[in-house]
This record gives sequence, C-alpha cells and structure tokens, in this order.
Amino acid sequence: MAEELKNIVLDYVTKEYLEDDSEPLTYETPLISGGIVDSFSMVSLKRFLENKYAISIPDDEATPEAFDSVNKIVSLVERFLAKK
Amino acid sequence: MAYSDKIRETYLNQLRGIREAGLFKQERFIHSPQAADIEVEFPAGSPLKKVINMCANNYLGLSSHPDVVQAAHEGLETRGYGMSSVRFICGTQDIHRELEARLTEFLGTEDTLLFPSCMDANAGVFEAVLTKDDVIISDRLVHASLIDGIRLCSAMHDTIKHSDMGHLEEKLQLHADKRFKLVVTDGVFSMDGDTAKLDEMVAVCEKHDAMVLVDESHASGFIGKTGRGTHEKCGVVGKMDIITTTFGKALGGASGGCVSGRRELVELCRQRARPYLFSNTIAPVVVAGVLKVMDIISKSTERRDKLERNAAYWRKGLTEAGFALKEGDTPIVPVMLFNAKLAQDFSRALYDEGIYAVGFFFPVVPQSQARIRTQISAGHETRHLDKALDAFVKVGRKFDILGKTKQEIIAKYGM
Repeated sequence: MAEELKNIVLDYVTKEYLEDDSEPLTYETPLISGGIVDSFSMVSLKRFLENKYAISIPDDEATPEAFDSVNKIVSLVERFLAKK
Repeated sequence: MAYSDKIRETYLNQLRGIREAGLFKQERFIHSPQAADIEVEFPAGSPLKKVINMCANNYLGLSSHPDVVQAAHEGLETRGYGMSSVRFICGTQDIHRELEARLTEFLGTEDTLLFPSCMDANAGVFEAVLTKDDVIISDRLVHASLIDGIRLCSAMHDTIKHSDMGHLEEKLQLHADKRFKLVVTDGVFSMDGDTAKLDEMVAVCEKHDAMVLVDESHASGFIGKTGRGTHEKCGVVGKMDIITTTFGKALGGASGGCVSGRRELVELCRQRARPYLFSNTIAPVVVAGVLKVMDIISKSTERRDKLERNAAYWRKGLTEAGFALKEGDTPIVPVMLFNAKLAQDFSRALYDEGIYAVGFFFPVVPQSQARIRTQISAGHETRHLDKALDAFVKVGRKFDILGKTKQEIIAKYGM
C-alpha cells in the first residue's frame, strides 16, 4: 500500500507541477521549500488526495511542512487513512 | 527613541542582502517627457545622455502626445487639480462617469468602475465578488497584482500550467462542487509577450459554468483589429465577465485603472472594493487626458497599426541577427540571455551605445530565464529601430551570443 501510495503521489506531483525539461523528482525532493510547488498550487494536491482516498485533511494539518516531500505527504495520508 | 540601532542594523542587513544577491534596483532619472527619445541621468550625478527608450509601456506613443497634454490642461482649468475626496463622498465629477461610459463602450462590457490603478482594481475585485464557497483558478504566470488580490480574498485558489486549457478543464472538474468558479488570466503576459487563448478559455468555461477575468493592462488600446484588446483578437468580445486594465500604459501612461464587466459585479465593486472605497478619486487632469486618448483611438487605428508594423520589423531584425527571442506577435519582445549578470551587463553596454533597455532576472522571471525585455511603441520611427538594432548587434557580438542556442549561452555564462 505504502509503495503504491508513494508512486501515485509522485506521479501526480510530476504531472501537475513539473515542466517538461525539469529534473525528475525523488521521494525526498523538497517540493515547497525547494520552490517546485507554491503554497497556492498545493490546493489541488490536497483536493486530489481527499477525493481519491475519501479523507478530509483539515487546513491546519495541510501545512507547507507536511506537503514538503512525497514521503511526508504519504505519511500524512496514511495517518488519515488509519483514522477511517 | 523607538528606532533603535538594533532595528536600523536589521534593515541595513536586509538591504545589504539585496545588494549582495545582485537584486538591488537602481532608478535612472529621466529629465524629459516620456517618448522614444529621452534624456537620462545615469548613474546619479552623471551628465544628461540622449538615448532611445526601448522599455516603456508607451505602446501607442500617447504619453506626451500634444492633444492629450492639451486636453489635460483644459481639464485642469475646468475641473481643477484635485477633489480632496473619495468617489462616494464628493469625489465623482461628470467626467468620471463619462470616462466609465466610454470604457464600457470600448471594451464591450456592461459597466465600468475607475480605480486609482490597475493594481488597486486587482486588489479589490476578488474580495468584492467572491466568498469562501468559491474557487479562483489562475494561470501560473499572471501578474503579481492579481496574486495579491487573490490573497486578499477568502475563496480557494488553485493554478494551471501556463495557457494549458487541458489542465484548466481538469481543474474545473476537480472544483466542480464549488459555488462559483472564476478563471483568471492576463490578456498579454507582461514578461513573455504571449497572448492568452481566450477563445478556448471561454469555450471551456462555458462548458463548466465558470466566469472569466482577464487583465488587459498590456493589451488595451492596441491588441485586436481596433485595439479593444485580447478578447477582440480572439473573437470573444462580450463574453468577458470581468476585465481589469490600466491607463498607465498605452492609454496615456499617467495612472489609473478600472474594473469593467457584468453590471452586478461592477456595482458590487462600487459598494465593497476597499481600494476603491478608501482611495482618493482619480485626479480630474488624468481623467481629461484619458478621455482624449479614447477619442484618438476610437477615431482611427493608425497608431495601433503602426505599432503592429514596428513590432514585426523589430522582431524580424532581431531574429535575423541571431538573437534568442520568446515567440509572440505583441510589442513585448523579450531578448533571452538566461544569465542574470549577463542581462545586467548587456543592458549597461546598450546604454553606452545610447539604448535604454533594462535586464529582468529572478525573482521577476524564473531562474535561468534572464532577459532584456524590449517594448515597441508607435512613437518609434524606423530610424529609432534601426539604431537600436545596430546597438543590439554590436553588443551581441561583444558578448558573443549571436546565433547561439540557450544551451550554448548557458554553457558560456552559466544559469
């Protein structure tokens, strides 16, 4: 599950935010602090995850820190999935 | 004393950091009216130098047009210097409403409201018409003033890749549950000079029940066959829900801007938009000048036609000389240099050759996208463009970038 989730998030972030000539992402690439994703554009990633996994991530948990890498995003989603 | 040494040192350190990063902006003092030929003091204290201006937003060459200056004089005589009031107390003159009506007719909308600037129009419009139940979807390259206005609004905000209509459609589907969806774009993008695909955007928005807002600051007066803007060029006049634009560029270049569009949205701005409610009315002298500009551009397309010819001539000359340009067909022609220091050195060398054109680099444009943004005017004659082209070629040879690709220039000068 964790590997599948990681790949889904990595794939979404790559398609959504990267330009064609960008360096490929890793699970640890800093997304927000690295300037790849701005805080506005984070909204679509949050909504994508909420819709796909039928979870609700409150705004105070959807922080730039929590969304700063694929691994961190996966941890956040897993935490909410465990609460279901 | 509240302003302690510690406070002063903190701010001095910030300024030092800006200088050390090579991002400190140095103003050049112009001692003449705005025109193709200007007299400049640079660096400060230097003797005046006559140069050709290749970086003004004076697209139609109307900033110092004698008829506009004369109309401004007459406005000063008949309506006074200032109004000492916001619009809704005692700051609305007959000419303010006259200009709003003229703009409504010109832009093909239902109503118009003047603002002190387009920055203010963009700062006020979102908060006035949207709530937390709505979503704003903006192109990732929209102007900073739109971003600031969106930040002031409680609506959700998402973005799309630049001019990617497929991505827009995906986002409209993602946010289908929102009360209202407002799609936001520039008409002409100020840094790249390309044009929004408003016809495709309108089609997608109609399918998904979304409104469109377009900032026409770099389009009003000259884009489209009669200069009405990007919506005219794309064949969608009457389909824009909100247009914001400025009088500070092609339309006389003094100051002021407006929100124009659906009657109810404009009226809500009149009631709620904070930069409108809490800023002084536009000075009568400016309104009188813009009214004359509207007369000039409504009677003839001569100036926008000349601008189109000038821009094509300039772009062709630079292309044939071997410069790397951003593609487009507007009077904004970015000469790509990629490296920030090269852009600054190139600008300085151009100045020594009598050409005024400034370098743009991060954070104004993305990293490794540094450039000289040239802007063409109907005020330029062929002799101006030829002299500027000679200077660009001479400086281009000096830095050995003619005929070089992006990769070759980056290999030589770095990112």
